[in-house]
Amino acid sequence: MIDSIRKSLLWPMVRKEFIQLRRDPGTLVMILGIPAMQLLLFGFAVRTEVHHLPTVVLDQSRTPESRLLIETIVQTQNFDIIGHVPDRAAIEHVISGGTARAALIVPPDFSRALKRGETASAQIIVDAANPLASSAAIGGAALVANVLPAKIADHPVDVRLPIDLRVRPWYNPGGESSTFVVPGLVAVMLTITLLVVMSGAIVREREVGTLEQLVVTPISKSALLLGKIIPFVIIAYLQMTNVLLLGYLVFHVPVRGSLPLLYALSGLFILAVLGMGLMVATFARSQASAQQVAFGFTMPSILLSGFIFPLEAMPKIAQFIGHILPITYYLDIVRGVLLKGSGIDVLWRPALYLAGFAVVTLSISVRRFAKTVE
Amino acid sequence: MTGPAPARDLAVRTVALRKTFGDLVAVDHLDLEIVRGEVFGILGPNGSGKTTTIRMLCGLLPPTSGDATVVGCDIRKDAELLRNRIGYMSQQFGLYGELTVRENCRFYASLYGLRGATREKRIDELLHDLDLAPRANNRADTLSGGLKQRVALACAIAHHPQLLFLDEPTAGVDPAARRAFWKIIYDLAGQDTTIVVTTHYMDEAEKLKRIALLSRGHLIAVGTPAEVTAQFDLPTIEDVFVELQRRDEGARV
Repeated sequence: MIDSIRKSLLWPMVRKEFIQLRRDPGTLVMILGIPAMQLLLFGFAVRTEVHHLPTVVLDQSRTPESRLLIETIVQTQNFDIIGHVPDRAAIEHVISGGTARAALIVPPDFSRALKRGETASAQIIVDAANPLASSAAIGGAALVANVLPAKIADHPVDVRLPIDLRVRPWYNPGGESSTFVVPGLVAVMLTITLLVVMSGAIVREREVGTLEQLVVTPISKSALLLGKIIPFVIIAYLQMTNVLLLGYLVFHVPVRGSLPLLYALSGLFILAVLGMGLMVATFARSQASAQQVAFGFTMPSILLSGFIFPLEAMPKIAQFIGHILPITYYLDIVRGVLLKGSGIDVLWRPALYLAGFAVVTLSISVRRFAKTVE
Repeated sequence: MTGPAPARDLAVRTVALRKTFGDLVAVDHLDLEIVRGEVFGILGPNGSGKTTTIRMLCGLLPPTSGDATVVGCDIRKDAELLRNRIGYMSQQFGLYGELTVRENCRFYASLYGLRGATREKRIDELLHDLDLAPRANNRADTLSGGLKQRVALACAIAHHPQLLFLDEPTAGVDPAARRAFWKIIYDLAGQDTTIVVTTHYMDEAEKLKRIALLSRGHLIAVGTPAEVTAQFDLPTIEDVFVELQRRDEGARV
């Protein structure tokens, strides 16, 4: 009897929350508008792949085969041929001068080797002063033909021959960073907005004095918290759908796996982040401090989660922090489902971590919350 | 002192109620009886234990020891039922600024289990009685202090509580609104609702039927304002209050 009353008290709470959200355009803009803006910003501006690298050609072979090679490489759109050079000295000159960022060298025996059925080698020299750009360029080139790339680290031409590079970029053959960034952005946006909005919503009730009023009503503390959480779960799904849809329409992010699976596992992540938000709320004394703490999670979530920089490349301590944050696990899930078509058979591990994280943070919050309102 | 009332006529009865927070004794050995339908004041300087007492009587804070029965409920065992039978209004009013007057009433009434047509009828009645009908669709954050106070009261009594706690209800409200508010409160008491109020306004305290004076967690005096002033041999409640505060501060040093 009492249980059924408690349950029915959830609905007024949820409805109240939605009326508040509807009349608070700031929160709505933050939840739905800002992620859309961020998506366009990240999708268009943050590009780690490099197209149209200005390139010079040293064609010592001058055969139909060498011209075909050059043509194919141009077709990848990674390289733009800006001119031909007579010798290697000229290559060093244009690259160190910044006129060109790459050079293609076709050696004199290129056609002969091909005709003898041997591996014909050619070199691509890339200005690796920007390693991100060069690796992407190399990857793109490696896809085209058997190319033996050499590196030029800033100034000296380091012609190390011959490393047969067989780069096969899976899942994202063009190395499109928007394909990589958009699914990650779903995770980052959910983390930031949910943390700020959830912790703010509770702390505001305390500041305004409505929390004091609520706890003297028959609603139980867990129903009260649940009533605050449910609207944000719905909002989170709206935001996620919004970002995914934009990513699909504007950046052609593929959906290779099961969407229902993605939505189900996203629920775990959303609860994990909301649990974090509630925990922030039980510690923070004011809306301002809640926001500061929430924003304090922003940079680690972006930098240490593998959103842009691979976690494997980081020092142990950074990896450790990264492996505590729920977003790190959700990135595996969202990228796995969208880009690799992964199923629950491989995603159960991150899903389990998120579920555990959610249970721990939510139960700590409920207990701390009960104490703080006494 | 008024004579002992029969137990069934008591809205509140506490026996040796005590609450400690670590080493701090917030309330100690509190024996208090509040009769049904009276307007009872709990007065005392800051830190005297007023808030802790009210929180315990609302079932929010479990006492360290002692017992209390409020509107027939044991505050330890029947906290759930207790909350259905009492109303609470704080000086912060506890209203949602983004919600209209009617939406605030509807929200709180729903939390007390009122539903559908019964709820709407009750809200109409409250809005009419408290002269809020013209403002029904205004957002709460656009209202003056006096109006907010009446909306908060409407929210607190929508479920016909047997006992209403008022925590500094008239703080920051203009004199005309205060007078109107007290008229409503005495009307409620006339309809058998027990009122327990804390206030800092001594002119308000003088008009209460009975008051209890708390100091450093102890009950110092209880009775009609006249009885209390006589006990201290001082002309007004305000003098008693100042005297108490002086003693408290002396004890603290």
